[in-house]
Amino acid sequence: MMFKYFPHTPDDLAKMQDALGIKELNDLFRDVPKDVFFQREYQLPSALSEAELRSYFEAIANENQKFVCFAGMGVYDHIDPAVVKALTSRQEFLTAYTPYQPEVSQGTLQYIFEFQSMIQTLTGMDAANASMYDGATATAEAAFMAEAITKRKRILISNTVNPNTVDTIKTYAYFKGLEVDMVPEHEGVTDTKALKEKLTEDIACLIVQKPNMYGVIEMIAPLSDLVHAQGGILIENADISTLGVLKTPREEGADIACGDCQSLGLPMAFGGPSVGYLATLKNYVRKLPGRIVGMSKDQLGRRAFVLTLQAREQHIRREKANSNICSNQSLMALAVTIYLATVGPEGLKKVNELSYQGAHYLMDRLEKTGYFQRAFAKPFLKEFVVRSMIPLPVLHEALFKNNLFGAIPVAPEDPDKENLVSFAVTEKRSKAEIDRLIEVLEGLSW
Amino acid sequence: MVTYDRLIFELSQPGRSAYSLPKSNFPEYDLQSLQDLMRTETPCLPEVFETDVVRHYTNISQKNFGVETGFYPLGSCTMKYNPKINDEIVANPMFDAIHPLQPAFSIQGVLKLYHELQTMLSEISGLAEFTLNPYAGAHGELTGLMIMKAYHEQRGDYRRKKVIVPDSAHGTNPASTVVSGMEVVEIRSNMQGRVDLEQLKAILSDDIAGMMLTNPNTLGMFEPDICEITKLVHDAGGLMYYDGANLNAILGKVRPGDMGFDIMHINLHKTFSTPHGGGGPGSGPVGVKQPLVDFLPNPRVKCLDGHYYVQNEKDSIGRISAFFGNFKVWLRALVYIRTLGKENLACVGEYATLNANYVREALKGYYELPIAGFCMHECVFDGLKDQSTGIKTLDVAKRLLDYRMHAPTIYFPLLFHQAIMIEPTETESKQTLDEFIAIMIKIALEAKSDPESLRNAPHDTPVGRIDEVFAARQMILTYKDYLNQKFD
Repeated sequence: MMFKYFPHTPDDLAKMQDALGIKELNDLFRDVPKDVFFQREYQLPSALSEAELRSYFEAIANENQKFVCFAGMGVYDHIDPAVVKALTSRQEFLTAYTPYQPEVSQGTLQYIFEFQSMIQTLTGMDAANASMYDGATATAEAAFMAEAITKRKRILISNTVNPNTVDTIKTYAYFKGLEVDMVPEHEGVTDTKALKEKLTEDIACLIVQKPNMYGVIEMIAPLSDLVHAQGGILIENADISTLGVLKTPREEGADIACGDCQSLGLPMAFGGPSVGYLATLKNYVRKLPGRIVGMSKDQLGRRAFVLTLQAREQHIRREKANSNICSNQSLMALAVTIYLATVGPEGLKKVNELSYQGAHYLMDRLEKTGYFQRAFAKPFLKEFVVRSMIPLPVLHEALFKNNLFGAIPVAPEDPDKENLVSFAVTEKRSKAEIDRLIEVLEGLSW
Repeated sequence: MVTYDRLIFELSQPGRSAYSLPKSNFPEYDLQSLQDLMRTETPCLPEVFETDVVRHYTNISQKNFGVETGFYPLGSCTMKYNPKINDEIVANPMFDAIHPLQPAFSIQGVLKLYHELQTMLSEISGLAEFTLNPYAGAHGELTGLMIMKAYHEQRGDYRRKKVIVPDSAHGTNPASTVVSGMEVVEIRSNMQGRVDLEQLKAILSDDIAGMMLTNPNTLGMFEPDICEITKLVHDAGGLMYYDGANLNAILGKVRPGDMGFDIMHINLHKTFSTPHGGGGPGSGPVGVKQPLVDFLPNPRVKCLDGHYYVQNEKDSIGRISAFFGNFKVWLRALVYIRTLGKENLACVGEYATLNANYVREALKGYYELPIAGFCMHECVFDGLKDQSTGIKTLDVAKRLLDYRMHAPTIYFPLLFHQAIMIEPTETESKQTLDEFIAIMIKIALEAKSDPESLRNAPHDTPVGRIDEVFAARQMILTYKDYLNQKFD
């Protein structure tokens, strides 16, 4: 019986085997040692028809609970414009591979050039690469860049950086032989005094986040000055969406800007695929990992795009490469590019404004319930932390029962932060949804 | 031919917009209160309306060549057909709405999918357990090498820091080794493109952490001595790493775990049909034998009595990515496995291998075949048989584009100077292969009769050959650079 993805009819098989002078297909596998040749069937289910697949996966999809999302901590429920999905589904984008043949890959190369340009203008840096896997790995790669630039092996990370990002950097750093030292926090921001004590002439970099894991918009410029005074690199992990309104990493003295682009209209999708960005100053462009697209011209002088500065990369440098990254998250970079083209400078500002307003409204309403206290008297944009007087199991049960998700404990293992929970509000949250959240909490007793 | 040649920025007209956002509910809160923290310059993003956005990206998409455009025999990349049903199933809005930090009780469905796929990959590869967290093949390699290193360290064996990598390996192998904090020991291929056992014996010692091997290797050849190789490495105290880049060749025929491999990654975007997306997102799950299970990266997805949960293990190498990998990529791979089922999955390797050998046999009279014998899922030639007119592999590849076929991988593996690496995959028909063969032969003849037209190829693509030196010298990497150094 024929299968829909295999075109080999019995007649084809006969002709092809004849051409090769073989009697059966197993003759092609003579080099496989007999005692490891796979003789049995896979212990896997049998083939399903399309109708069966649909009902099987539909049923499993429904074994998840859909919440109204007031959670952040790195993943945000922003609005995704319809054009993004429509255009990224085009097969020319979806089913192509790495633009190794630039003459038939100008579509991919051009949108990467546009992506690099948009990351450049949002971060204020000079150049960006073609994208990274996610924000956490982009930050780890930024730390490797700092090592390569400074030839130093000690990495400082502020305690206000998202814990998943910190854990990822720590894994990468441990195996590469880099030393990681955490800089304590003070009232929701990086503790400058503690930082000064840790800043010595052997530091490769300081990694900070803006807004930080508590949603606080930290002042990065004073930290940059301190780090630069010791010859170190300042790495700023910034929520790229907020850079539509907040100071650019460049304005704050960062040498490398990095982070996740999920907040630019990508669905939460259980955390992936997302896409990371990595941008730096002109002097350090040759230390950027991954692909970079440059503008050039063809034989007839027509504008054309091509992968450039490839001598940095693993396929040329092999064991001398500073990173092993080979691919990028191209299709997600396209989604981000189309998103930014759609919202434009004004729309991006508006996204931040609406998120800011909703978040501040929620904060005020939470405080008025008398059950919550603002944790830090510091400026924030769309995400903030409060101290809950409601025992967390009671709080969470009430939220989940009402299909609401939020109040993520920020540091469940730290006794000082036991009752600190995080909320995020995007432009997608309506007043009715926020009011309902408050109503649920006001009705609580324990 | 007039081709569309605008950048999105060049369509910008001040005041235009394409966004659709709700009205402000709370005008009493003023963003301007953050003024001291705000950027001074408005970002240079395009101001366009929706028709512009749609036409622009549709137009530039048409300058691309995808698997659905035509034959895409890009060696080592397994450019097989990307089924539509996979796209349809992952498009379920429920999947998009899941926040990765949701509690386990509310995401039993996606955790079940994770667990189901990791279990199936274990059966397909003959290993004990998989993580789906790595984002790509290279990311999987790095994860696997970290596991290798952690295993030796946990035994208190800190000397084992060297990894044997064949000279024919993908560039990511040596690069991943160094990033994992280990050293590369390169082993040369023998005349048949295989591992030289005598040389391997000479290299093995008590500072070897393990060996990375692609099997079939990048020359498309299976290592007949594989059991001997894994035994030698194991006897010397090392672990075997299987680079799953070429797994498609052996589906249904042999399993990495049975050959003696301890750790492997799978490129789901190759063997399991997920779209390559112009370079990503991919997915690079890593599987290990039982003694290495506790080293897998966090978070882990586990099952107890039909209940799925997330757990961090203390012996784990740690976290290597923000959450659970590229969910919507690995979910497509699961749909693919369920679509094929055990019966069709078992045929993938033999059809892929048949197609590659059919092409090899038909072209060996015109292109230099450096290694005799049956190949696996891909065949590698070393340029034209008759190079008297000076026509190089690059010219052949460019000419193919004129015939509406994607070029094979060229100049890799590095062992040959004029390498042409052809991987048809199992989802191509004999008719398509015959057409490709005819065109390749025609090009070989053109190389004699009209070499000039090959040197200037391609002629019928949106742009011709591109000046790479100019790109590297000018370094125009952004629209801002372009405005600053406009050239003619």
